[in-house]
Amino acid sequence: MTMYAVQIARLTKIYGNGDNEVVALADATFDVVPGELVAILGPSGSGKTTLLTTIGLVTEPTRGRVVLDGELIADGGWPPGLDLKRVRREKLGFIFQSHNLIPFLTAVENVMIALENNGVGSKEARARSIEILKNLGLGHRLDHYPALLSGGESQRTAIARALANRPKVILADEPTAALDTENGKHVMALLKKLAVENNSAIMVVTHDQRMVEGFDRIFTFSDGRIVDEKRNHAG
Amino acid sequence: MNLALRDIRHNKSRFIQTCLGLGLLLGVVMSMGGIYRGLFTDATAILNSTAADLWVVQQDTSGPFAATSRIPEDIKFRIRAVPGVAQASALSFQNIQSERNGKPFRFFLVGYELGGMGGPPAIVAGRPIGQKHYEIVVDRAMKIALGEQLRLAGDDYTVVGLTAKMVSSAGDPVAYVTLADAQKIQFKDDNNAIRNSREKLADQLSRLPFLSAHQASQLTPQIAGIVGSTHIANTVVARLAPGADLALIQERINRWNHFRPLTGKDQERILTEGMIKKAKMQLGLFRAILLVISGVIISLIIYTMTLDKLRVIATLKLIGTRNRVIVGLILQQSLLMGLIAYAIGFTLIGLTHDKFPRRVDLVAIDLQLLFGIVILICIGASLVGIRKAMRVEPAEALGG
Repeated sequence: MTMYAVQIARLTKIYGNGDNEVVALADATFDVVPGELVAILGPSGSGKTTLLTTIGLVTEPTRGRVVLDGELIADGGWPPGLDLKRVRREKLGFIFQSHNLIPFLTAVENVMIALENNGVGSKEARARSIEILKNLGLGHRLDHYPALLSGGESQRTAIARALANRPKVILADEPTAALDTENGKHVMALLKKLAVENNSAIMVVTHDQRMVEGFDRIFTFSDGRIVDEKRNHAG
Repeated sequence: MNLALRDIRHNKSRFIQTCLGLGLLLGVVMSMGGIYRGLFTDATAILNSTAADLWVVQQDTSGPFAATSRIPEDIKFRIRAVPGVAQASALSFQNIQSERNGKPFRFFLVGYELGGMGGPPAIVAGRPIGQKHYEIVVDRAMKIALGEQLRLAGDDYTVVGLTAKMVSSAGDPVAYVTLADAQKIQFKDDNNAIRNSREKLADQLSRLPFLSAHQASQLTPQIAGIVGSTHIANTVVARLAPGADLALIQERINRWNHFRPLTGKDQERILTEGMIKKAKMQLGLFRAILLVISGVIISLIIYTMTLDKLRVIATLKLIGTRNRVIVGLILQQSLLMGLIAYAIGFTLIGLTHDKFPRRVDLVAIDLQLLFGIVILICIGASLVGIRKAMRVEPAEALGG
């Protein structure tokens, strides 16, 4: 039996009602397996970020089902009593367009906070954070504040934070938007490598087609609907 | 990991400056409390150092501090004779303003009987007054050195001793001379006035048809001696023997004509509820306003600090940080700010309170109460920030 990292079925998000109704996401249905690298493409307002935030338990869906790592997290709406923060802590990692590092924490502390959120002790969290950052080539930047890191270094720190708890799913919202092409490609390559190494499903929202080379699957959204799905068997 | 400390570490200078500002404000609040207490201590300093059970003053007056009171000095003998009275002494009080080194020089002069009640409570330098005339003990605050001379009513008085922290209810430093000297300073006219007065008296007596010229000239010095007597005091204080009934003795003296016996408690009430009540209310109100201002400022600072961190808070929420960690970030910073500001204020006022022109009494209970209020203000102020933080949606972390 195939174990899915993400299963979504007829996922729909509608804002407003009556004449003001806006369908941001309509009947999105697909599954993602662990280790799979998925790109969500589409122009602004096509529903790609709504998809990401709905899977990320930030936006409550209007209809449809979401199952994360075998746990039902949305069925029409969020199930009563679902601890959204716990699911986000344990099963999800987030990477943002503008890194969203905590400005008053050093690189290593930015990674530690994710581990400590999950109950890892301070000493162990520090050791593991240092290891992750070193693996991402940031061993010389451990005690630097985000303001002193370059764009690429900041994004790699953000990736380290997203990876820290070895989540089943990593959601990345325009992770290369604030980077130059070279750094952007480097980050995408890194995500691809990590998806395989950590067996995490990585879903990347981007509007830049050049960045999705080598992705396992590419969904194209328009007006809230999936209008194209490509599989890269060589990937 | 303590996020509050990490944030402070990163924004050290801003945090320190904020604490410093708040510390100065709290220092002012503390000094207000100290001045408020100091008013009471000052007002009762002579009262307490005299430690009298009864203050006998002129009838229908609330003297000798709040109103003028003049009584014959020799009433002390009658008071001493009352059963239960162990000691009674006459005292004289007067405000003196003169010039010294070209500047106005004010003090409160107490005249007391050597070996009696009401003298300087403690000599911090030099010695007590040892002779009946022309020696003076002054408060250190008058800044007159031992051996210096002070000219009063035409006579020079040598400073033989210094006392400390003795002030009148008006805050003027206190000096002590013997009762005889004080009476001379307060009541004795100068020579010209005496000559004029005697001539006027002689003239009036010579006009009386039933007195011969010889009788008039014989009577003049006798009458002048009586009306010019300086054996007047402002009060006679009495200390009772152990076990004596204060109310009974007070009631007995009250029956005498021309005198009013006030207890120590009566005097304290007159001094604190009458003389300094408005000043105390003014200071109390000012202190309350300053506390409200401090509260508003702390609230605004915490709220602004929270607004600065909204995106950080949204990110923390998105990555699953528990609410108590976010609450802790705001609450701990607020409390730490209050604690540091309090410590700065306390240190500042601790180092400077002796330099204030009037007494600043830092009373432990006041400081503890203020500490409690500051903590409550900090908690209250952080609630405003926490409320804002709890309303932040994780979605606000997304986007550019």
